[in-house]
Amino acid sequence: MSDKMHIKLKVNGKDEEFLAEPRELLIYTLRERLNITGPHIGCETSHCGACTVTIDGKSVKSCTMFVAQADGADITTIEGIGDADSLHPLQMAFKEHHGLQCGYCTPGMITRATKLLEENPNPTEEEIRFGMAGNICRCTGYQNIVKSIQAAASEMNAAKEAAE
Amino acid sequence: MIPAAFEYHRPKDLAGVLSILEEHGDDARVLAGGHSLIPMMKLRMADVPHLIDLQNIEGLDGIEIDGDTIRLGAMVTQSDLIDNAALSEIAPILKEAALQIADPQVRYMGTIGGNVANGDPGNDMPGLMQCLDATFSLLGPDGSRDVEAREFYEAAYMTAREDEEILTGVTLSAPKGGYAYEKQKRKIGDYATAAAAVQIVKENGACVSASIAMTNLSDTPVYSEAAGNALVGTAVDDAAIKAAVAAMLQDIDPTEDNRGPVAFKKHVAGVILQRAISRAWSRA
Repeated sequence: MSDKMHIKLKVNGKDEEFLAEPRELLIYTLRERLNITGPHIGCETSHCGACTVTIDGKSVKSCTMFVAQADGADITTIEGIGDADSLHPLQMAFKEHHGLQCGYCTPGMITRATKLLEENPNPTEEEIRFGMAGNICRCTGYQNIVKSIQAAASEMNAAKEAAE
Repeated sequence: MIPAAFEYHRPKDLAGVLSILEEHGDDARVLAGGHSLIPMMKLRMADVPHLIDLQNIEGLDGIEIDGDTIRLGAMVTQSDLIDNAALSEIAPILKEAALQIADPQVRYMGTIGGNVANGDPGNDMPGLMQCLDATFSLLGPDGSRDVEAREFYEAAYMTAREDEEILTGVTLSAPKGGYAYEKQKRKIGDYATAAAAVQIVKENGACVSASIAMTNLSDTPVYSEAAGNALVGTAVDDAAIKAAVAAMLQDIDPTEDNRGPVAFKKHVAGVILQRAISRAWSRA
């Protein structure tokens, strides 16, 4: 019934152009159309945060956005944050502090945490828990996620000071 | 989850929105942050053949403070409400309530206009806007009109807004006195089991005015004039709070659901209102 739309996105710095039905959910665009499989589908009902990506500077659950809404947007996924050869301080901290067990929630966790630390470079434990409340983890009990984010914050602040 | 197909519109101005609404009537719905409508579309509980995305409409995302008058554009997000220092100064209850809505990701997207226009009894802003005696601006083919928040809600998802109208903004006077938005929920991101919005003005140790509204305890938000009146003229002592809670319980009409049976909801409503009044009074 509905026609395909011409969609333009920038994902992790790369321009993408394709035709898609407007009803396509952004998480499927990323995973199945663009083969960007870092963002995961956990609940698909905007609760779990596994599909979190950054869109025009906001943390967004990509299961709750139509690709049509994202037309023209600048999107960052976990793939744009770091890679195996150059881990982001948050990725390094999650590894060092056991911030993950099964790892399913981790791409969403870290993507959300990059934005949290951008807005609040020195969060308290309470601020981390509140700021990460849109991301669910069923393994860690959150304790080591909080520790990882705190460690990454210290690391990033130290690196920033050293650079100044 | 795959919603039914729809035609997507992204008009550049309100005239464009109105012409699509006029052409398609209740086959068209406007989309603000989408965090109520999109889940409903995914579940196929909402059928929207024409989806009108408001993201490109200019002038809907402003927070204007002019003396005592606050005007919030419909596309102002919960996170905008939280981050606006001038607004938090003049109307701190807005930030207190917004911080209790959903989670960070949802607050970046969810808007004040969507929250009040949707008519979901679980939404927090409708009760708050009734407490603050806000006015909603509606724009339709015959021009604009204002409807008071206290007159806007008819039943669950049924409001005074006509199909061909769009809610463009919310206007309110700077609230006076002490405030509290208290919400009981099962977990972060949940709707309220019960929530209470309270503004109280204190003069010479006595309450001179009080406004109270409750959330998710009926098929509409509940502004309880009687509960507020029970506090006026008192020192907001235990007896007065008890009287206000008793009056509120006469006005709500909760139904049993997965948040509990009616007796439990009434109990929680009483506890939440008592806490909200005490906290508002301590700030008055």
